[in-house]
Amino acid sequence: MYNDHRKGHKFDWITIVIFLLLVGFGWVNILSASQEGVVTDYFDLSQPYGKQLVFILLTFVLIVLILSIEAKFYERFSSVIYMVSIASLIGLFLFGKNVNGATSWYAIGGMTIQPSEFAKLATSLAVAKYLSDIQTNLKTLRDQLRSVLIIAIPAMLILLQNDAGSSLVYASFFFVFYREGIQQVYLIFAVIIIALAIITLKFGVLITTIVAAVVLAGLYIFKKKKKPSILQPLAILTICIGFSFGVKYFYSSILKPHQQNRISLWLRLEKDPEKLRQMKQTILYNLNQSEKAISSGGLFGKGFLEGTRTKGKFVPEQHTDYIFSTVAEEWGFLGSSMVVILFVILLTRILYLAESQKNQFSRVYGYCVASIFFIHFLINTGMVMGLIPTIGIPFPFFSYGGSGLWGFTILLFIFVKLDSNKINEW
Amino acid sequence: MRKLLLFSTIIIVGIIFIARLFYLQVYNKDRYNIHKDNAIKKVFVYPKRGYVYDRNGDLLVANQSSYDVMVIPSKVKPLDTLEFCNLLKIDTSEFKKKLRKARVYSPWLPSPLLKHLAKEDYAALQEKMRKFEGFYIQKRAIRSYQTTIGANVLGDIGEVNEFNINKDSYYQMGDLIGKQGIEISYEKTLRGQKGIKFIQKDYLNRDIGPYKEGLNDTLPVPGKDITITIDSKLQEYGELLMQNKRGGIVAIEPSTGEILAMISAPTYNPNLLVGRERSKNFTVLYNDTIARPLYDRGLQAMYPPGSPFKTLNALIGLQEGVVNPNEKFSCSMGYRYGNRKMGCHAHRSPANMNLGIYESCNAYFANVYRRVIDNFETPGVGMDAWSEHVKSFGLGNYLNNDLSVGQPGKVPSSRTYNAAYGKSRWSTTYTLSNAIGQGEILATPIQLANLSAAIANRGHYFTPHIIKHIENDTLPSNFTTAKHTTIDKTHFEPVVQGMRDVYTKGTAKYVQIPGIEICGKTGTAENYTKINGKRTQLTDHSIFVAFAPMDNPKIAIAVFVENGYWGSRFAGKIASLMIEKYIKGDITRTDLETWILNHTLEHEYDKPLSGQPFDINGDAQIMLKSDYDKQHNSILN
Repeated sequence: MYNDHRKGHKFDWITIVIFLLLVGFGWVNILSASQEGVVTDYFDLSQPYGKQLVFILLTFVLIVLILSIEAKFYERFSSVIYMVSIASLIGLFLFGKNVNGATSWYAIGGMTIQPSEFAKLATSLAVAKYLSDIQTNLKTLRDQLRSVLIIAIPAMLILLQNDAGSSLVYASFFFVFYREGIQQVYLIFAVIIIALAIITLKFGVLITTIVAAVVLAGLYIFKKKKKPSILQPLAILTICIGFSFGVKYFYSSILKPHQQNRISLWLRLEKDPEKLRQMKQTILYNLNQSEKAISSGGLFGKGFLEGTRTKGKFVPEQHTDYIFSTVAEEWGFLGSSMVVILFVILLTRILYLAESQKNQFSRVYGYCVASIFFIHFLINTGMVMGLIPTIGIPFPFFSYGGSGLWGFTILLFIFVKLDSNKINEW
Repeated sequence: MRKLLLFSTIIIVGIIFIARLFYLQVYNKDRYNIHKDNAIKKVFVYPKRGYVYDRNGDLLVANQSSYDVMVIPSKVKPLDTLEFCNLLKIDTSEFKKKLRKARVYSPWLPSPLLKHLAKEDYAALQEKMRKFEGFYIQKRAIRSYQTTIGANVLGDIGEVNEFNINKDSYYQMGDLIGKQGIEISYEKTLRGQKGIKFIQKDYLNRDIGPYKEGLNDTLPVPGKDITITIDSKLQEYGELLMQNKRGGIVAIEPSTGEILAMISAPTYNPNLLVGRERSKNFTVLYNDTIARPLYDRGLQAMYPPGSPFKTLNALIGLQEGVVNPNEKFSCSMGYRYGNRKMGCHAHRSPANMNLGIYESCNAYFANVYRRVIDNFETPGVGMDAWSEHVKSFGLGNYLNNDLSVGQPGKVPSSRTYNAAYGKSRWSTTYTLSNAIGQGEILATPIQLANLSAAIANRGHYFTPHIIKHIENDTLPSNFTTAKHTTIDKTHFEPVVQGMRDVYTKGTAKYVQIPGIEICGKTGTAENYTKINGKRTQLTDHSIFVAFAPMDNPKIAIAVFVENGYWGSRFAGKIASLMIEKYIKGDITRTDLETWILNHTLEHEYDKPLSGQPFDINGDAQIMLKSDYDKQHNSILN
């Protein structure tokens, strides 16, 4: 403690300023999206903007708390925090409250808490702890499986609670593993799997087979030294075809119709204009309204509290998942691209800080933070502007919700704390 | 390398997102238009349509409220159709038909479902309207006629069609627009400017308050009241006289060009084209292709003007200096040229100009006309000089007035005959019918009334117009500046005297009005129709033009009665009665009035349709209205 004081807490002010800007601007937009008539009391607790303002104020208490705890605490207690978090996810099966089909909330008094928002930071701590362990070697399959298990447990629990979107966030840990040394082949594998899946859905199994065969044949022919047996590419081809059929089966038999529709829309598989028109009225409704709101904003936007589509509540869930459409409508291209740029700066800043950590725990944790923010940013913003299929996860610091705001804040500020401590590391 | 994967992904995603936002918000976007934003409801506030008064200040056209049930098909929720239909007083199949029609027009835009609700139905419906989503009641102002006359003058308003909407974006479905008469001519003056209120709506289409506190809203500008030049008492009297006849009357005040009366017969009650029954009644009127009540004979019917045109030839002769008023021409029951003859009737011979006019001597005018044309080096040049004189009286062209319909008529020139016979392959005698107003000349009654006004003014006229006063506005200068003819003022006296003598000694001797010095000229126009493809002559049209008094004329008039035979038989009597009515206010020649009211020409109009052979002109019988009605009823029974 004495050392800390002497050498000072070098908190990274760039991160903190961007955080404040995002939270402040986020609240302004929640006010726009949720206000009805004239706002007389910004602390009106019956309204989302009133509640969010309280959440934001409480966030500052939380920040002070996080920053005043000793940095080593997070590393030492990461396992405990992870266990508690897993327990809270399991507890949902017994005491959880079902909202919109997902059993993701505890109702305590008048408040609801969503443990999955906190599970992300607990998992990040656990992953950082495990990977920074001197005995862990990510090149070995055993340690790879253990690492995956750390993220798979919360991801599966959340998936079982019917919150597919939140469980998808755990895919972001791939970036962490890759940074920390899993084999190159996993990245190649990931790219091939994604490519095969998309080609299968878009063009069918036959085209996928032909593409795979041509690529493999090319690789085989041009391989100069040490030609392997012809059986090897044939085996790979067979696996590809099998995978392709698997994707097809998964899409048509396992996915629910609404999930199928989202993918079919994303890949522009539906061509029948009549059916497309119907979709626009139903499952595409949100996206359609969101795109309308965004494009009606124009270059300069309609002005604060002047968004006609926001006021009319045309975009469902606008103060939560679709908050970015409010930004775009009222603040125009200037405002919306500003938010994108702020996020990019925040993410790259975290990455930069993570790389500069001497302590591996801090570095891995920083990477986890950047990856999680990135996947939220990618999926949410991409969905709102129609680039990614509809997946309901919040926009960090903008979307309404106490659990989300606190989860993201704790996630970020533990890193700010760890970063501030790097001068004390050796 | 491994450090760069997430970093580069973040940068790429950031760039893609900004590009996408640029595409959505800047590149691929119409300029934001509040009128196209379906989050903003546009509520139109319709202003009062301007009232119409006659020249004496009598209110002719006012407004009344009307309630339309409107529907926006996409917003219709399942409803108790039976209850709704009972309230609307229509049956369910009709309801479904109307709803389907509205949906075909547009599922998103309002269409009228049921127009012009009765007041008591409106009250009952108003209470329950909120139960029927997607429907609402639109209040509109429709016309309320304070009179039963002047349908052709007053016109009517009706719903805009898609043509109107495409032409002028001011209008939208269900709006009312002038369809005929002054409602067309003064549409923009009368309608005013509708106001607009912008209302913020929510996703359930509920109003949640004014958009930007009403900053962009506009107030309606009320339509301006107008006063028209029509004397409604004279108009009414003219319509009465023209009952059971077809034709037109146009009366003008020579000193101003104001149209005092403009009658087209048969006509109809303007109240027929108001409210719920409008389209039904309009269809009936429109489909009457025999009597053609929607056809304004005073403005649109082109006839050969006949003898009244002779006055113009006399004026041209004087102006060109080819004839002296005292010079006499002999007439032996006609005018011989070559081996042909233009017939005339028995009268004193030889005739000077005065006698020529009041006896309407064909030979006299044939001589004058030939001299005019032959005074020039070639008939072509002469024809054109003559044509210019004629046109200076407003003939052969639209009068450029403020009436919604009209016809140019026709005045021949050298070009006409060059086209017919070949260049220079014709001579003056080929065109001799022009001397007596037959042949190639066509004129509408309003043009003849204007000719009469120009003679009454001794050489100039004012464009005949119908507008007398616009609230807070001035009249166009076109209506207040005199148009001068090519004839010098001094040449008019002999012609005016001739027209006066038509009344004192000539063809209109029996339709004199005591105490009023009327100048006039009778006319008779041959006419033909096609029966089963065969050209068949019908009884002549009866024509009369007049002005009175001789000095300081107050009224100039042209009367045209289809198949009325000679000029003074119908048209002359009517002209005299109209003049007396206007100048004196009441009628002393009640004998003339009774005769006109008791006689019908319906039997003449039945002839070409009867399929039987029929007599015309001299052999045709005059018929009492009562006899016709008796006969007609017996046929019907």
